[in-house]
Amino acid sequence: MADTEVLSSPHILEYPYSRSVGPVIGSFLAGLRDGKVLGVRCGSGAGERVVVPPTEYDPLTGEDSGEMVEVGPGGVVTSWAWESEPLQGAPLDKPFAWALVRLDGATTAMLHVVDAGSAGAMATGMRVLPRLVEPSARVGSILDLACFVPEGSDSPVRAQPAEPGNPAQPDDPAQPDDPAQPDDPAQPDDPAQPDDPVTTLSTPIRLDYRFSAGISQSRFLRGLVEGVFIGQRCPRCAKVYVPPRGSCPTDGVPTTEDVELSDTGTVTTFCVVNVPFQGQAIELPYVCAQVLLDGANISFMHLIQGIPADEVRMGLRVRAVWKPPAERGPSLESVLCFEPTGEPDAPYESYEEYL
Amino acid sequence: MSSMGRAGVAPAWRRPVAVVSFAQYPTCRREEHRNEVEVLMPVVAEALDAVGLTKDDMGFVCSGSSDYLVGAPFSFVMALDAVGAWPPLRESHVEMDGAFALYEAWVMLQSEDIDTALVYSFGRSSSGNIRRALGLQLDPYTMAPLWPDSVSLAALQARVLVDRGIASEDDFAEVASRCLRNATSNPNAQVSGTASAGDLMRDAYVVEPLRRHACPPVGDGAAAVVLAAGERASELVERPAWITGMDHRVETHALGARDLADSPSTRLAAQAAGLVGGVASKIDLAELHAPFAHQELILARALGLADGVALNPSGGALVANPLMVAGLARIGEAARRVMDGSAHTALAHATSGPCLQQNLVCLLSDQPGPAVLGGARTAGTAGTGGTAGTAGTAGTGGTAGTAGTAGTAGTGGAPGEES
Ligand SMILES: [Zn+2]
Repeated sequence: MADTEVLSSPHILEYPYSRSVGPVIGSFLAGLRDGKVLGVRCGSGAGERVVVPPTEYDPLTGEDSGEMVEVGPGGVVTSWAWESEPLQGAPLDKPFAWALVRLDGATTAMLHVVDAGSAGAMATGMRVLPRLVEPSARVGSILDLACFVPEGSDSPVRAQPAEPGNPAQPDDPAQPDDPAQPDDPAQPDDPAQPDDPVTTLSTPIRLDYRFSAGISQSRFLRGLVEGVFIGQRCPRCAKVYVPPRGSCPTDGVPTTEDVELSDTGTVTTFCVVNVPFQGQAIELPYVCAQVLLDGANISFMHLIQGIPADEVRMGLRVRAVWKPPAERGPSLESVLCFEPTGEPDAPYESYEEYL
Repeated sequence: MSSMGRAGVAPAWRRPVAVVSFAQYPTCRREEHRNEVEVLMPVVAEALDAVGLTKDDMGFVCSGSSDYLVGAPFSFVMALDAVGAWPPLRESHVEMDGAFALYEAWVMLQSEDIDTALVYSFGRSSSGNIRRALGLQLDPYTMAPLWPDSVSLAALQARVLVDRGIASEDDFAEVASRCLRNATSNPNAQVSGTASAGDLMRDAYVVEPLRRHACPPVGDGAAAVVLAAGERASELVERPAWITGMDHRVETHALGARDLADSPSTRLAAQAAGLVGGVASKIDLAELHAPFAHQELILARALGLADGVALNPSGGALVANPLMVAGLARIGEAARRVMDGSAHTALAHATSGPCLQQNLVCLLSDQPGPAVLGGARTAGTAGTGGTAGTAGTAGTGGTAGTAGTAGTAGTGGAPGEES
């Protein structure tokens, strides 16, 4: 086992979330778009507070919150932390301060950043003013507020628009360097008019990972390069798993004995794909099937070709069609598809257990 | 549900439950070879073997993990392969630290028809950029789009302590120096050392005011605990670590609406778990899930622990912080010291969310006895009047349920490099 070099690969998780924001957050975001910061009244009498950013409920009691009120524009830094090496996606691509800012008229502080130039220019209690992006670039997002700046610094209200979620710089040199940027479906085609409500918010998310296949799956994946299926047998129940994950899911014990499997098998069940979808690479209709390799005790999904879709059936005997050796890699894509062997169908009893 | 309402509820438990076994994967910077299942299997096997049980003996299995750590949906389902899920188990999962899975198992064990439970958690913090991934647990409208990272948010909290004169950067270094020294006798620690606080103060800032030593290392790990109820616990081990009380509370996600220098949710959870009256003075040691040095200071203050209490004898989360595991490991480490006789009573704490947003407190004792049990019930009663003010002022949202309530949970984060 130790002689297997474990495989790993970059793995990118990326999705453009569109969120419904509701009336309170929606008003807050519309306010930012229109150049003002809104809070919400919570509590009453001596306990009345103005919560910014506003919430639908009093964060202390859970009671419904009240009317929206404009706060700021200036405020006071209640805490700050100096970010000397901004991470991917940070609002500014130069050193800045994360800060909790309590705007004038607000009871609570909001999280944002201060473009102060250096840590030496930051202090708890200092006064700051908001710097908004150009009106034409505002979309109704917390990023319409580009940052805060120390009171008294120049041009506090204009800035280039921030690009939400886009990397300021790659945060890991091991990651691919030409990531596709997420779509931004909420980007409006026409500039919003003042007082238009904001109902949705686009929050693109991108995270970079290095996926590690582990010992057993690495052996399986390397077998695919050689044109063989390598499974593993459970020492307790003797079942053979392919692809192996290093354990018997029934017994919870390590599987260590490698088993080289035939590349023929039986279709246990299947479906016919008729509906086009994003990323579809194969002509419709096509058949996705669970294939139980001979000698294995678990099926896996693959394509069935070389037979009209309406003739595929349970029990169909199939053989793997491998890519030419030079085109194979450590991936199930090394197997183009499964095709009928021409043998008689397997009897139902032979695969009944695997449905 | 308001936190005031829950503060008055006595722990709804009918029979004592104990930790009878604990196993842990030695935390490492990056587990290069094994996948999650391959990491978990030996840990689960060790925990079960220690008490001569198999997974078929388990009345309930509960796990804690987060799919965001490796970017793989339903990774917790695949992880069940490490236990063996056929025939089907009575099983559950929380997208949180394993300590919260243990809470669910503890509640389940109040049911008379099961008397054992397996709790495990795993975390591969090294697969992605954990500082960024943890930003996704924040409010998605007004905070997450800024991509605030876990270390920066912790630094905002540390600054509040410094500004108010509650603690200094030297105090953070003292905490780190002690934790690193304690870790020299912990084989599962990722980092350890004998540097003095003065030495550590020469470390560079990760995010000012947090220096390298005040932040946790990024690491991969796993842990497993076996719980048993009533007589079953006494049959399995000579000295079960009885859970005499446990509770968890959460504060608002609006960071700027919290008092970051305090931890009212920890205080409430501790009271509800039975840390009232003279109980605090009987605690021998506390394992506090404080991924950042300053958070240990906040927690110790909120809990009102006596000076003599040994804090984080394992070294705590500053020496090994596998996400989703470090909280369960605090319960395991505390229980281990009760089971081996080096402590009579111990307090374990676990946290979730940014800046100690959610906190769980678990009291452990070598006696299942009614004394502490009675304490817990008194706490519930006292809480109605005595703690409602605190709850109303600082807590919020009541107690989150465990199963699947919290989305991506987790805490801490790391400087991005091994310390
Ligand atoms: Zn087996």
